Amino acid sequence: MLTESEPHYRQPLLKTPFHERARALSQVDSFIPWAGYTTVDVFSFVEQEYFAIRNASTLYDLTPMVKYRIDGRDALRYLNRLMTRDIGKLKVGRVAYSVWCNDAGHLIDDGTVFRLGDTEYRLCTGERQLDWLLDSALGFDLQIDEVTEETAALAVQGPTSCAVLKNMGLGGIERLKPFELAHFALPAAIASDAQIMVSRTGFTGDLGYELWMRPEDAEAVWDALMEAGRYCAIRPIGSRALNMARIEAGFVLPNVDFVSGERTLRAGTERSPIELGLGWLVDLNKGHFTGRRALLEEQRRGPRRQLVGLDIEGNKPAHNALLYADKAGRRQIGSVSSATWSPTCKRNIALAMVDVPYIETGSTLWAEIYLNRELVWERRMARTHVVERPFFAPERRRLSPPADY
Amino acid sequence: MVSGGSGRHDAIIVGAGHNGLVAACYLARAGLDVLVLERNPYIGGAAVSRRLYDGFTYSNCSYVCSLLRTEIIRELNLPGYGLQIIPYEGGCTMMRDGGHLALYHNHDALRREIARHSRRDAESYERYLRDMLRQCRFIKPLLLREPPDPTSFKPRDIRELLYLGKHFHRLGEQRMYDTVRFWTMSCADFLDEYFESEIVKAHLAGSSIIGTALGPRSPGTAYVLLHHYMGNIDGAVGAWGFARGGMGAVTQALAASFQASGGSIRSGAPVERILVRNGRACGVVLESGEELLARIVVSNLDVRRTFLDIMNANDLPEEFVSQVRNFKIRGSSGKLNIALDGLPHFPAIPHGSPSIRGDLHVTDSIEMLERAYDDWKEGRWSRAPYIDMLMPSQIDPTLTPAGKHYMSVFVQYCPYKLADGEWDAARRQAFGRTVIDTIAEHSPDFKDLILHAEIRTPWDLENEVGLTEGNIFQGELTFDQLLFNRPIPGYAQYRAPVRGMYMCGSSTHPGGGVMGAPGANAAGAILRDLGRAH
Ligand SMILES: Cc1cc2nc3c(=O)[nH]c(=O)nc-3n(C[C@H](O)[C@H](O)[C@H](O)COP(=O)(O)OP(=O)(O)OC[C@H]3O[C@@H](n4cnc5c(N)ncnc54)[C@H](O)[C@@H]3O)c2cc1C
Repeated sequence: MLTESEPHYRQPLLKTPFHERARALSQVDSFIPWAGYTTVDVFSFVEQEYFAIRNASTLYDLTPMVKYRIDGRDALRYLNRLMTRDIGKLKVGRVAYSVWCNDAGHLIDDGTVFRLGDTEYRLCTGERQLDWLLDSALGFDLQIDEVTEETAALAVQGPTSCAVLKNMGLGGIERLKPFELAHFALPAAIASDAQIMVSRTGFTGDLGYELWMRPEDAEAVWDALMEAGRYCAIRPIGSRALNMARIEAGFVLPNVDFVSGERTLRAGTERSPIELGLGWLVDLNKGHFTGRRALLEEQRRGPRRQLVGLDIEGNKPAHNALLYADKAGRRQIGSVSSATWSPTCKRNIALAMVDVPYIETGSTLWAEIYLNRELVWERRMARTHVVERPFFAPERRRLSPPADY
Repeated sequence: MVSGGSGRHDAIIVGAGHNGLVAACYLARAGLDVLVLERNPYIGGAAVSRRLYDGFTYSNCSYVCSLLRTEIIRELNLPGYGLQIIPYEGGCTMMRDGGHLALYHNHDALRREIARHSRRDAESYERYLRDMLRQCRFIKPLLLREPPDPTSFKPRDIRELLYLGKHFHRLGEQRMYDTVRFWTMSCADFLDEYFESEIVKAHLAGSSIIGTALGPRSPGTAYVLLHHYMGNIDGAVGAWGFARGGMGAVTQALAASFQASGGSIRSGAPVERILVRNGRACGVVLESGEELLARIVVSNLDVRRTFLDIMNANDLPEEFVSQVRNFKIRGSSGKLNIALDGLPHFPAIPHGSPSIRGDLHVTDSIEMLERAYDDWKEGRWSRAPYIDMLMPSQIDPTLTPAGKHYMSVFVQYCPYKLADGEWDAARRQAFGRTVIDTIAEHSPDFKDLILHAEIRTPWDLENEVGLTEGNIFQGELTFDQLLFNRPIPGYAQYRAPVRGMYMCGSSTHPGGGVMGAPGANAAGAILRDLGRAH
């Protein structure tokens, strides 16, 4: 349950409805703030948590994702004006990943749109932006409410995740296709009279689901999942392990890989969806939407830089590395925004913003990496190749019905 | 080191306000023999700490610090001479209905706090901050530069104009429009573009009218908001703090730095007249009749005092004198310094909220602020004044005996000239009572805790600090009096129309507040004229 034990000026971060469960299982007491909540960074040991995503099943507390209910006669028209993607194609019971821009075609944020009913949608994003959503709603007949605190959310991800949900008693879960959502009655043993919404979505690039529920059902659902997953090696994970998986999947993160075009202070630090490699989400033919004119122009002219995937020699993650065209490091052509060693691919991978023309797959770049040799720091210029994203995309993420492991 | 008297100094600086001292430091460091003359028996001008009641130190005029340029603090080694600036957290506006709005340093605490009043405003606040920071980024590089004269063809002016133009263009098209709008619009209109909640707007609007004879709905007040936001403490833009030991610590450190560079200061030495011979400033005459000679004279006084009081109009171009007469320097602020027997209780502020250690206010709507201004226009002090109230003794242990507290109360609006007669002791008391009653409405035990109160009207500020009409910025911060128009168009480069004479007070670019930039820029102009690199 949500308890407001301390006022916000003493304890600025809220606790999610899963907080007590998470605290009990946390071994290293590593919590971080996320969108106003305190959340787990690491439970015990990052690599173990990571491998649970790729090998078994994981629970990840998604409650801090900012959720807006958008409901009304004009909801579709509104979303189509707001978003770059054609939301008209989104059927009831389906989910779409999309981005939205300002007039200058600069990315504001990305998120998932759930179509819950004829006129009812839910938008899930990383950052609060009610002011932008309301400003954009001028002249549309609809209602926008933030429902973050009213909805607890849990990601169940990994090759055995379907099996876990079946064990828990969500009959028919195996029929749920990627980007579909469905409502299930919770088995009476968990909570009487309660429904849970499940979408086949996630941030791991693997087989997985996201569960949306009332806060009062949260602990019971957590317990039921841990029980149902006992023989599927389920374990809770923190943000650190998830971050490794999302880089492998090639997903971008706000404030890591880009800063919202509505938040930047310096001209030139904004990013367009095309630059972020999200051009496939931009439908220039669907009619007018915010930023369309600027994006048309950018498409005509071609982007000046682009987010690319990198494969870097050596095994030292290239966090924040500067990228050069030459080994001598005379000509900077970009920088790394996300980097990790990929334990599954056994590659040293990264996402980076790189100037044209170095964005072509196969281009060779040099990454400036600092190595800590027992506190004696050395600089290394690591040979780097631009490669296709995602770095890891297992078949099972799409398979319907999914296998048990 | 020449110690006053008969020798001719390289430079005499009239006034030991912080800007006079900053200029003095830079000149002395460049090897000049510099003498600073101060009228009062103590130095500091409006940046001063005084002990007027047993065991209590007041920041008599200015009371919080943010604008003082870090470059100056470092270059003059002020920390080495005892200056320490400690940031405080947030602030609070108490509402007439018992509610409140506090500003917290923690991002999430602040969002939740604003969301209590409006969820949308909590998020608009991010956009507001972004735009303030964008404007700060624009103005910051202009602070420690001599403003170019747009009508001049001197290479330096052209170079500086090009810099300004390029800097402006770097903003990008949309932001260029924003900047021009921002510099000219009213604070109320500006805030309306972001917020719906009255209390949020009222809280933020306070700093748009501090020291300014304008209301929140007057064009030009949005800039004043920025003027109070463009400072920083340790890189935190917009943060304010206390100087340990009161604001006098700033000028004490400057004086020590100056003396360490070989400069000398004479206090209790009011200058009666600046001597001009053959069209060149050559020294000063003190009220005592003593004559002191110097190659250069620099005035730290506001332009009205400088050119109308201690100079002879015959020595100045006629048009210049009339422009000085027209310089807007209206008094609109008062100040109370109060010694308290204990920490007063403010029921509206929740127990444990750090906002009690920040700036406290009681004006909960733009309307109320504008009404307070209406009183000023009618020639009376606001019946419901805007107050900016702090109790620095909660953070700074040097100010009061243990358990006691010092409260600094800045009051807006208070006229220099009353409609119903001259300022006198009875009217000063009545003004003080209005302020004390206003505070007592929000604190039941406040009155009983008062041990001593210093009450200062604009008239007192003029007479004690020498600020014309008591204007705290040595001249209004409106666009017609900023950048290359400050203080007088054509004379924005610290040089007076008389050779060998310079201005270094807050009347000059970039204006008032304990910033030091006018003093530093003036020293730069002087050293350039002397052919010494700065
Ligand atoms: C009540 C009040 C509150 C303020 N609050 C703040 C604040 O919290 N934070 C902030 O940053 N700013 C604040 N300010 C503004 C700031 O204090 C001033 O803008 C700044 O201190 C002015 O400094 P200055 O050196 O330019 O001039 P001044 O401080 O005015 O210095 C001029 C000096 O010249 C001396 N002088 C005058 N006539 C003569 C003469 N004939 N001969 C010799 N000497 C003479 C004066 O005595 C004075 O020392 C406040 C001002 C006031 C009045």
